Amino acid sequence: MGYVLSKEAFDEVLGKLSEDFLLYSPVRKIGEGCYTDVDVVRYDFVKSLDEIELEAKSNYAFKELLTPLSQTLFFFTENETKEADSDTRDVIIFLRSCDMHAVKRLDAIYLENKFADPFYERVRKRVKFALIGCGHSFENCFCVSMKSNVTTDGYLFSLDFDRDAGQVSCDVKDEDIAKLFEEAGASAADVVPSSVTENDTKVTVPDVVPNAVYKDKLWDEYTARCIKCGRCNFVCPTCTCYTMQDIFYTDNGRVGERRRVGSSCMVDGYTNVAGGGEYRRTNGERMRFKTLHKIYDFSKRFGYDMCVGCGRCDDVCPEYISFANIINKVNAAAKAAAAGEGGAQHD
Amino acid sequence: MIENKNESMNENIYVPFPSVLKEIIPHTQKEWTFRMSYRDAKNVKPGQFFEVSVPKYGEAPISVSGIGDDFIDLTIRRVGRVTDEVFKFKAGDSVLLRGPYGNGFDTGLYENGEVIVVAGGTGVSPVRGVIEALSKTADAKDKHVIVGFRSPDDMLFREDLKSWAEKLDLILTVDGIPEGSDYKGNIGLVTKYIPDVPIRDLAAAQAVVVGPPAMMKFSVMGLLQKGFKEENIWVSQERKMCCGLGKCGHCRIGSTYVCLDGPVFNYVDSKEMID
Repeated sequence: MGYVLSKEAFDEVLGKLSEDFLLYSPVRKIGEGCYTDVDVVRYDFVKSLDEIELEAKSNYAFKELLTPLSQTLFFFTENETKEADSDTRDVIIFLRSCDMHAVKRLDAIYLENKFADPFYERVRKRVKFALIGCGHSFENCFCVSMKSNVTTDGYLFSLDFDRDAGQVSCDVKDEDIAKLFEEAGASAADVVPSSVTENDTKVTVPDVVPNAVYKDKLWDEYTARCIKCGRCNFVCPTCTCYTMQDIFYTDNGRVGERRRVGSSCMVDGYTNVAGGGEYRRTNGERMRFKTLHKIYDFSKRFGYDMCVGCGRCDDVCPEYISFANIINKVNAAAKAAAAGEGGAQHD
Repeated sequence: MIENKNESMNENIYVPFPSVLKEIIPHTQKEWTFRMSYRDAKNVKPGQFFEVSVPKYGEAPISVSGIGDDFIDLTIRRVGRVTDEVFKFKAGDSVLLRGPYGNGFDTGLYENGEVIVVAGGTGVSPVRGVIEALSKTADAKDKHVIVGFRSPDDMLFREDLKSWAEKLDLILTVDGIPEGSDYKGNIGLVTKYIPDVPIRDLAAAQAVVVGPPAMMKFSVMGLLQKGFKEENIWVSQERKMCCGLGKCGHCRIGSTYVCLDGPVFNYVDSKEMID
């Protein structure tokens, strides 16, 4: 069901939806960026169209609501454990197509992969999605190469806003929500959510990565350039790793909580085992580990690539490392290795 | 007893359960076995692991070193924050555990025919149950076990070593001895003894290798040189397993989660795993 309606009428729909749902969307935070006088676009709760940032890519992904950066698993007291109360309100998250595809990756790790995570499962059940039409590619995006540029289902309704005409077009998938659109006076129309058809940045993901590529000298560049800050992991909509952390409220107290806190495969300590063992010491090895997970290893396990081509890692990297370039270099190295040419190798 | 205050907690797989510490069996100053009550012990396999959970200090993955009717043994090396605390526990205390996790060894694979087990240091823990099973087989003399420790003082499971020596072909060795030691046994790395182990049917013989990374690498090389088939070699990997549930990511190698797919791997698979 497609509908076209005025901005005011759309706000009326959002108002009605707000009675049953929290609305979580990208929001421009003026002057709150990492540098002075720089804005940041991150997810927050909204009630009207004006609050939703539709012109820019969000710097941080939506995932904090599904996989909080720090999450209490349970509280300890002297002789009992108690789970933290969790929010029970339903939420609609506004996502672009690439991020819709990212949700599928989060589900794979947290709902599949042998065990279902109870915290994720609970929050996932109360989350629905609205698709933000994405008519033009942003800098560093390569969603077309990663096949995440189009989303045809999994959302309640889509949202395309023609600012000049003051008109909102929506593809509504949910019958109850369609009623809200009709009550707000929306007129029926054929609506296809806009989607990116071409990016300036293009990548080719290799079908097979021979073991020779793991030791290729191409990774040395990243040992030199990467500063293992882990920002790429924190903005990535598909990164899911965490570390357990115990917190106690007073130093001699016996009351505290166990949390899980987001962690990064790029930073020190990620692989440390008791007694001093460590598995990937150089930044290049870590970059290789992360890259191949995103474009090869995850796919071997789940059947599709983890990376959705949103380009946020490139946007945030303080060393201007391009993940898209890395993918293309891996592809070239994989081809060379398969052809038996073999690039420069480490022992 | 730790009580569970929420109903929903029953489905919270992160909440540990309390287990009574029945007995502490010291081996060396830094390595003790903690015998923990566990009702469902018959469903635990050697090579699987538990997360030992100490509120305020965190969790540590520890492999099962023994399985009884109503208990499991956890042999723990005192090397960090969590294990320092575990060493403060006394018999009768309640200790929090999660698990068992991982695949463990399929001891049935090694019942019949020739087997060689190569284990080093605390690597003996995950295979102790395997060696125990081997020692009870009808053809125990065809079961060869090479166990290496750094020095005579570092030896674990001394009682077991004695009983194994009587039942199967045990080669016990140490890497070196301190000056003035009256130790009279073998001295040398485990790899030194692999070539001389008498194996009649190299195409069928099974091998199990567990220990520090370098020891495993060179032991597997020795076995392959001897003529063992790759698909008959089994190894157990040690990684940082924070959750044991395939979520936290720390133990992943390529497309493999050591906590879910391992820690026991066939060498055909493990040789393709690059950290």
